[in-house]
Amino acid sequence: MTESRTEAWETVIGLEVHSQVVSKAKLFSGAATVFGAEPNTQVSPIDAAFPGMLPVINRFCVEQAVKTGLGLAAEINLRSVFERKNYFYPDLPAGYQISQYLQPVVGHGRVSLDLPDGTVREVGITRLHLEQDAGKSLHDQHPALTYVDLNRAGVALMEIVSEPDLRSAEEAGLYLRKLRSILRYLGTCDGNMEEGSLRCDANVSVRRPGAPMGTRCEIKNVNSIRFVMQAIEYEARRQIELLEEGGRVEQQTCLFDVGRGITRPMRSKEEAHDYRYFPDPDLLPLVLDPDWVERIRASLPELPDAKKARFMSQYGLSTDDAGVLVAEKETAVYFERAAQGRDAKVAANWVVGDLFGAVNRLGIGIGQSPVSASQLGALIDLIADGTISGRLAKDVFAEMVASRADPTAIVEAKGLRQVTDSTAIEAAIDTVLAAQADKLAEYRAGRDRLYGFFVGQIMRATKGKANPALVNQLLKKKLAG
Amino acid sequence: MSDPALLALNLAEARDGLARKLFSARELTAAYNDAVAEAKPLNAYITPTPEHALAMAEAADRRLARGEALPLDGIPVAVKDLFCTRDIPTTAGSRILDGFRPPYESAVTDKLWQAGAVMLGKTNLDEFGMGSSNMTSWYGPVENPWRRPGDNRPLVPGGSSGGSAVAVAAHAALAASGTDTGGSIRQPASFCGIVGLKPTYGRCSRWGVVAFASSLDHPGPMARTVRDVAIMLGAMAGHDPRDSTSAPVAIPDFEAALDGNIEGLRVGIPREYRVDGMPGEIEALWKQGVGWLREAGAEPVEISLPMTKYALPAYYIIALAEASSNLARYDGVRFGLRVEGASLEEMYELTRAAGFGAEVRRRVLIGTYVLSAGYYDAYYLKAQRVRTLIARDFARAFERVDCILTPTAPSAAFAIGEMSSDPIEMYLNDVFTVPANLAGVPAVSVPAGVSGDGLPLGLQITGRAFDEQTVLRVAEVLERTAQFRHLPGFVAGGRA
Repeated sequence: MTESRTEAWETVIGLEVHSQVVSKAKLFSGAATVFGAEPNTQVSPIDAAFPGMLPVINRFCVEQAVKTGLGLAAEINLRSVFERKNYFYPDLPAGYQISQYLQPVVGHGRVSLDLPDGTVREVGITRLHLEQDAGKSLHDQHPALTYVDLNRAGVALMEIVSEPDLRSAEEAGLYLRKLRSILRYLGTCDGNMEEGSLRCDANVSVRRPGAPMGTRCEIKNVNSIRFVMQAIEYEARRQIELLEEGGRVEQQTCLFDVGRGITRPMRSKEEAHDYRYFPDPDLLPLVLDPDWVERIRASLPELPDAKKARFMSQYGLSTDDAGVLVAEKETAVYFERAAQGRDAKVAANWVVGDLFGAVNRLGIGIGQSPVSASQLGALIDLIADGTISGRLAKDVFAEMVASRADPTAIVEAKGLRQVTDSTAIEAAIDTVLAAQADKLAEYRAGRDRLYGFFVGQIMRATKGKANPALVNQLLKKKLAG
Repeated sequence: MSDPALLALNLAEARDGLARKLFSARELTAAYNDAVAEAKPLNAYITPTPEHALAMAEAADRRLARGEALPLDGIPVAVKDLFCTRDIPTTAGSRILDGFRPPYESAVTDKLWQAGAVMLGKTNLDEFGMGSSNMTSWYGPVENPWRRPGDNRPLVPGGSSGGSAVAVAAHAALAASGTDTGGSIRQPASFCGIVGLKPTYGRCSRWGVVAFASSLDHPGPMARTVRDVAIMLGAMAGHDPRDSTSAPVAIPDFEAALDGNIEGLRVGIPREYRVDGMPGEIEALWKQGVGWLREAGAEPVEISLPMTKYALPAYYIIALAEASSNLARYDGVRFGLRVEGASLEEMYELTRAAGFGAEVRRRVLIGTYVLSAGYYDAYYLKAQRVRTLIARDFARAFERVDCILTPTAPSAAFAIGEMSSDPIEMYLNDVFTVPANLAGVPAVSVPAGVSGDGLPLGLQITGRAFDEQTVLRVAEVLERTAQFRHLPGFVAGGRA
């Protein structure tokens, strides 16, 4: 709900996500799909639409789409149809894109979002269909000419269309993160937005709460979650201002200007396409064997929602911790390894706290963490068996990040083993109390706050190695005595 | 053997002659290279490949000498210039493919070369296969070797596989590949007095064939006899995983199906094919054909194909819709002709305006129109429904009969310029041939007689899907009974 000068407006958002299918070969040709290859080195005559070349569907890409559909709890359409979307552009070699239109391979599904207020929002999936990517026009290689790189032409995309169920830029961001997480769990899209593996079109409209849908604008081809959120924010604000000034929202297609943070209409009417969709006569309808679909269903990995529920019930984690730990598959795997046979809550605290802090600071993913899951587990063990204190453990962890060494080795090398010898601790207490005779007198006169001061002095004297519980116990006895 | 004698042999005879070492593949090919040169005025070939042919013939001779002969070893054939041939210009009869040399070989021609056949060259055709007279080629019209007695006006060979038909009829090839989208093999075969077969859709791979209308394009053989066509089909057919519409079915021995036995076979005679304005002599030849088949033991059965009258409009909607999309790739960006312009749009416009002829432009425009928003349902979708009904017509008919006998075309060859300039009148020449394309069923044209002014006329036998054997068997009986022994006014090497 966006507050404005007069009254509340509701923003209504639906997203179309184009996600590149993880596959070695393209959707209709055997050409490779490696990112970053030299221009036009991964192009077959089929991708370049040479005369007489024909498309043949890549079975693996279909399997990936079905897997994704199942991961989105969606209907799988056992019969779907590839159609041609006709338009001219130099990076579209055939003059048409092979896509699915009236009969997509995946129908209605859903994604559930954990909202910040603790509630869960179900977002409907309208459909998922397979289509080819276009090539890339390079306008910056020559002052007057445009170059075309067809490496990407024909690469398989899944277009995932949501229902207009999202109500804010934040929800749109949550949805994209959740969708990307599901795709990564499934291994059907790497979700790498920098490489263009995940691109998003946002349909945005505003209305008075309870009123019919407003006129929508479509913001095309935004390639980061942050920009999608900014674009929605800007566009909703623009529409509200327009309406409040008595204007009307025109249905149009916009681009998001990243530099200025605004949406701009694309050249509209003259560029309006009539795509002349019709079933591609080079391809037969795609008919799936129900048993094959069931075999894919049986092979699905545990997905984020299920994993989160299990983390809460099996490990007793809070919703927040479980949610954070399952967001990325790598994190969940790391956590479970570190927690195995240990206090899972302690492990969760380490992962969510110190480990996240360290990898964020280093700007790396948890997969590249300098501290492995088993090393973190070993550190937790050292605390549990009293070898080091929780406070010293933080220093050991910092050293592990810096040196990649095992915690035991660090503890031994630096002599950090905790002192649990009560004679030694008593000696330290005696030394401190003797040296601070005036403070001791004040304490005995009633200044209780000085207790913490004594503890600090004793820990300093023992270089932090004294077992804190033992220090407390013995100090109290001395002070009382 | 002298050149005229060599050239007068049909494919089966030449194959036997090679096997018996009466002549070498090189001799045979050299004679055909000369024939191609001699027949040049007919303009049947766009690109003759004589040196290529000799090299292939020499390779065939080596295999023949080792006793490792392949099914078509040393047989010189022509290739319609819609089949891509590796490193050899492939034009589709269009200026827009100027300078295009494919880096790949079409599936069907590859099979022909794998079977030992020798390529004489690429034959002329209506631009992108769009025409019934071979007058729309950028490389000029093809002339029919037949003339009306006492009339020196050149006649059209039919189309779009006119160059292939003329090459075979004029003894400038033993056989040829063609493609048939609405009659483009059968109608020119009828006009030129040769045999042409459109196989079942999916029997021969479309991979590497420049597309006109994907769901209607059928590669197929053209030759002088039914047996020759059967031999060619055996080499051209087969499942190709690179073509999703290619059928994974076994290849039968088509030649062995020619056993002459049609005893008890039921032959359908569709009453809807008696169209207005059809010359009486074609009607008479059709009746004659029925009589011949009855005498040979077959049982004529009157049948009805009630949707026939809708076939032509449905065909022209579907074919042109697909063509408008298939021809979008000729944009001047990657291959063929490019005419530079001040902007991208202008480059597209200038390239396509210069590269496509009038008939192609007309068809692209109509095809674009019928797919447009607001017209799609009324045209394309309705045409697809009609197509389904036409297929059902055939399916029902084939519950009662084994094949169907009709004329191939409603006319004999006509003179260039004799036809009105109304394109619809030209489209009407396809009236008997398009239903088989819409239904995907096999159909063959066999020369069965001559018109009053001495021009060949074909009869068409249509069969069940993947039952080319019955179609060919009946065709061979018809060919034998009709005893069509006429030769065109011009044959390379002279009329023996």
